[in-house]
Amino acid sequence: MASIKDYFNDQNLMRELLLDHYKYPHNHGLLENDKYLSKRMASASCIDDITVQLDVEDDVIKDIRFDGVACTISTASTSIMSDLLIGKKVEEAEEIIRNYLNMIDNKDYDPEILEEANVFQNVYKQANRIKCATIGWDAVEEMLKESGKEDD
Amino acid sequence: MYDVEKIRKDFPMIVNHPELIYFDNGATTYKPQCVIDALTGFYNDYTSNVERGEYATAIRADQAYARTRDVIAKMIHCETKEIVFLSNITAVLNQIAYGLSKNLKKDDTILISYAEHASNVLPWFRLKKELGVNIRYIPLDKEGNVILDELEKIFDDSVKIVSLAYVTNVLGSIQPIKEMTEIAHRHNALVAVDAAQAIGHLKIDVRDLDVDFLGFSSHKMCGPDGVGVLYGKYELLQKMEPIFLGGGMNARFDIDGNVILKDAPERFEAGTPHIEGVIGLTAAAEYLMNIGLDHIHAYENELRAYLIQKMLPLDNIEIYNPNNPSGPVSFNVKEVFAQDAASYLSTRNICVRSGNHCAKILHNLIGVDQSIRASLYLYNTKEEIDRFVEEVSKITLEETISIFL
Repeated sequence: MASIKDYFNDQNLMRELLLDHYKYPHNHGLLENDKYLSKRMASASCIDDITVQLDVEDDVIKDIRFDGVACTISTASTSIMSDLLIGKKVEEAEEIIRNYLNMIDNKDYDPEILEEANVFQNVYKQANRIKCATIGWDAVEEMLKESGKEDD
Repeated sequence: MYDVEKIRKDFPMIVNHPELIYFDNGATTYKPQCVIDALTGFYNDYTSNVERGEYATAIRADQAYARTRDVIAKMIHCETKEIVFLSNITAVLNQIAYGLSKNLKKDDTILISYAEHASNVLPWFRLKKELGVNIRYIPLDKEGNVILDELEKIFDDSVKIVSLAYVTNVLGSIQPIKEMTEIAHRHNALVAVDAAQAIGHLKIDVRDLDVDFLGFSSHKMCGPDGVGVLYGKYELLQKMEPIFLGGGMNARFDIDGNVILKDAPERFEAGTPHIEGVIGLTAAAEYLMNIGLDHIHAYENELRAYLIQKMLPLDNIEIYNPNNPSGPVSFNVKEVFAQDAASYLSTRNICVRSGNHCAKILHNLIGVDQSIRASLYLYNTKEEIDRFVEEVSKITLEETISIFL
């Protein structure tokens, strides 16, 4: 059986996937709703400036939204992340984020749980762009940490 | 005759990396061998602190350090004692803003422009916050040039300082500093000039311009990093308070807190300076003056005109400053984020800058937040421009994404 790695060795498929998420990002546009946590990622670099919203109910990620000024990689990576994490339990989401950040760091990770996010497996080769691939993920990770603290 | 091939041999970065096309000279410049030799000469033969020692190597360091003041004074046409060494142009502009703030009060006005670098905006914003001064923006045309005819109108009695880039860092507009200074002085305002993008690219004569302060960084004129130059009219320097206090800048002090500061320029140079950097700056200044700043300026303008002529026919790009005769070329590839285009070019060994270039209020003028900046210098060639334009013409959204796969 073809593994998920084989699928993500097809350059044309990967390019299409990234283009699609860049041109038509999923879960794009912010909502005016107090139940969402919100994080603006404006200080990490002077280029990308995105805001990510997160709705967690009963330990499950119900929704993620994002918007802002962003390059192809930060837009596509945040879009793919939102698809991947919506509907997941917080614990599962944290595991996915951990694996994703490992992949971006060129460390060991489990490709099976990253699904479409495997498309970013080679971003580490563009060292100055690693932040672009993690900006949305960092926002969700930070909000999950902060909301976890409040529950304690 | 301008011999660019001979000049290229003077730069080890070019000799060691013939594959690279370096079009990021607005950020920093390559160093000629003579500058590197000046640094290693200090390390290898006469490492010592300055203004302290009685021994031979210290005296040699003193003399070499002091000579840079003479050489820079000659380069920009002022007196030796009007040259202060700080760490970079940012430090220079902060010193000017801090020093002048002592004579400012609420509702005084400072004139800057939309095209200024952060270092010529944020120190003034701080005075707005702390003192309640007004910041007003000088009218610019769409390529960032001061509209002289409208300048007079924004002056009133509240204007105390005009602080402007000589050559702007994104659009490359050469501002009419002399005419502007004449208007400012008629209204009793002081003029400070950020010459970071002008130094080493054109002849600067502070006496002729009649500006009150002017500053630049060594590293943008083939000199070492970590050295900034502040020029100030001597009587103004003598009245200005230094940001940093410490060794080397005081004449004497006692237990009651009585302090007598040294005269300018030493007054502004607290602590051990970047001695080897300052010494290296002499080598850089002499190197550029030997080639001739007029020749460098003419050659750069010729290169820029060639670049614009080659880029204008490309239908995948938009250029923001095609008509300025000098300075960087700022552009975008249609539908491609500037940083993605720059990353694509980097995979083709082409070094350019992308983003907002620290000019974060410029979008009010050109309508875009991000751009790609190609900035040329004395060692670039038309062959490099040919290769650059060929790569730029190939940039598409698909191509930029491919570099990540």
